[in-house]
Amino acid sequence: MSDQDGDLILADLNDSELVEQMMDDLYDGLKDEIAEAVTILLDRGWVPYDILTKSLVLGMQIVGDDFRDGILFVPEVLRSAQAMKGGMAILKPLLVETGAPKMGKMVIGTVKGDIHDIGKNLVAMMMEGAGFEIIDLGINNPAEDYINTAINEGCDIIGMSALLTTTMPYMKVVIDQLTEMGKRGDYIVLVGGAPLNEEFGKAIGADAYCDDAAIAVETAKSMIARRHNQV
Amino acid sequence: MPDPDTQITDEALRDVGLLPFGAGKTLVIACGALAREVLAIINLNGLDHLTLTCLPAILHNTPKDIPQAVENAIIAHQDTYDHFLIAYGDCGTGGLLQATCDRLGAVMIDAPHCYAFFDGTDQFIARGEVTSFFLTDFLARQFDAFVWTPLGLNRYPDLRDMYFGNYENLVYLAQTDDADLLAKAKVCADRLGLKFEHRKTGYGDLTEFLTSRS
Ligand code: B12
Repeated sequence: MSDQDGDLILADLNDSELVEQMMDDLYDGLKDEIAEAVTILLDRGWVPYDILTKSLVLGMQIVGDDFRDGILFVPEVLRSAQAMKGGMAILKPLLVETGAPKMGKMVIGTVKGDIHDIGKNLVAMMMEGAGFEIIDLGINNPAEDYINTAINEGCDIIGMSALLTTTMPYMKVVIDQLTEMGKRGDYIVLVGGAPLNEEFGKAIGADAYCDDAAIAVETAKSMIARRHNQV
Repeated sequence: MPDPDTQITDEALRDVGLLPFGAGKTLVIACGALAREVLAIINLNGLDHLTLTCLPAILHNTPKDIPQAVENAIIAHQDTYDHFLIAYGDCGTGGLLQATCDRLGAVMIDAPHCYAFFDGTDQFIARGEVTSFFLTDFLARQFDAFVWTPLGLNRYPDLRDMYFGNYENLVYLAQTDDADLLAKAKVCADRLGLKFEHRKTGYGDLTEFLTSRS
């Protein structure tokens, strides 16, 4: 919406107006405007973590809600995600330097046979935005890829995505393999994808099924906290 | 039987579906994308005991709505028909459509989606074509309305590779021998930047589904 009146100058806005504008721009998928606004806030001395959580993540949650409610469709979500990605690319190196909180480590990918990756990418990005370290295996992953990565990289969470009825059952193969190796208890297993539901998640022995990226973040945070309390 | 080529438009099949057509006591409730194919099978095999009605094909972009739509159709027609055949695959309902059919005593096709049953479900699964995108006759005709526009490629052409970057082939599963459609399907492959393959499947498992039941 920033180009509605043609000459809206982001740098002229005060902080709260700018954050408001960023949420609008994110909603409209305006990548360049988001990158510019992130740079302005950094110049004004904002901590990278605050920029991430108080503008980009919040804005993306609105996009996610409107997608769930059928107000936005896949292309709009993709464009918003691209815009957020542009902003994150600027912030990511700075987050590490400035000691942003570290929530845990997650390996994520779409399961063998499935190359629908839009939802998986969105979850990875929002988890990253929430302070999780993400190892993204991409598409079409056999069980070994998830398991070996989880072991070798010391992950806390294994995340699997499937959008096809034919590929959903493969999630159980991965979980069963973990169980056989005696390692099921070492990881929180989260699953998602449009054709799945809670019942399916339970039936295959996942820790949780998550309807969308925001729920994935909340679920991951609370499960990690619970684990820490147990230790 | 009305003539599908002149009396049914693809636009109507996409957005509103089709009112019951035929005098049989078994109602086939099909996806709009299968209307012409079901009618062709009915005509070819003289299946006069079947009546066809269709739900809007566009439901495929919101698969969560399919089971309820099918249930509503069954309930609406319960008093008029003796049996119900559901010409749908699972279509991304995660088993919920099957559960709905089981609950209401309707029979549905045992397949994940129409690409599978046109090709022959067992064969389709055995092929394991992970990086292929499929077209049917309906989709070749309705490519813009069903694929290009809903994916926003008319507005944001640069999204194409985010959708199709991991794909290699476009496989046109042809139900009929139609030179125009074949040419259209080839153009679709070019627009998506995919290699083209033409596979003549005919009606696949759909014929057996419709002919083997009363
Ligand atoms: C976009 C799309 C495509 C794109 C995919 C592009 C890409 N790079 O991913 C394209 C057009 C390429 C495509 C191809 C195909 N598709 Co498709 N596709 C869809 C569609 C419309 C939307 C999926 C999507 O991206 N949604 C947007 C994201 C944001 O939502 P999401 O994926 O659900 O993810 C959210 C949650 O589920 C959750 N989540 C997801 N993953 C994870 C993981 C974890 C760990 C957690 C915690 C949470 C989580 O959080 C996400 C963010 O909020 C769906 C229908 C639908 N509405 O779901 C069909 C759908 C999945 N496709 C389907 C089909 C049939 C196909 C094709 C076979 C069609 C064809 N003509 O060939 C091919 C696949 C070919 C093959 N070889 O397998 C069917 C599946 C039917 C079935 N029985 O399984 C569907 C259901 C459509 C339908 N009703 O027919 N598809």
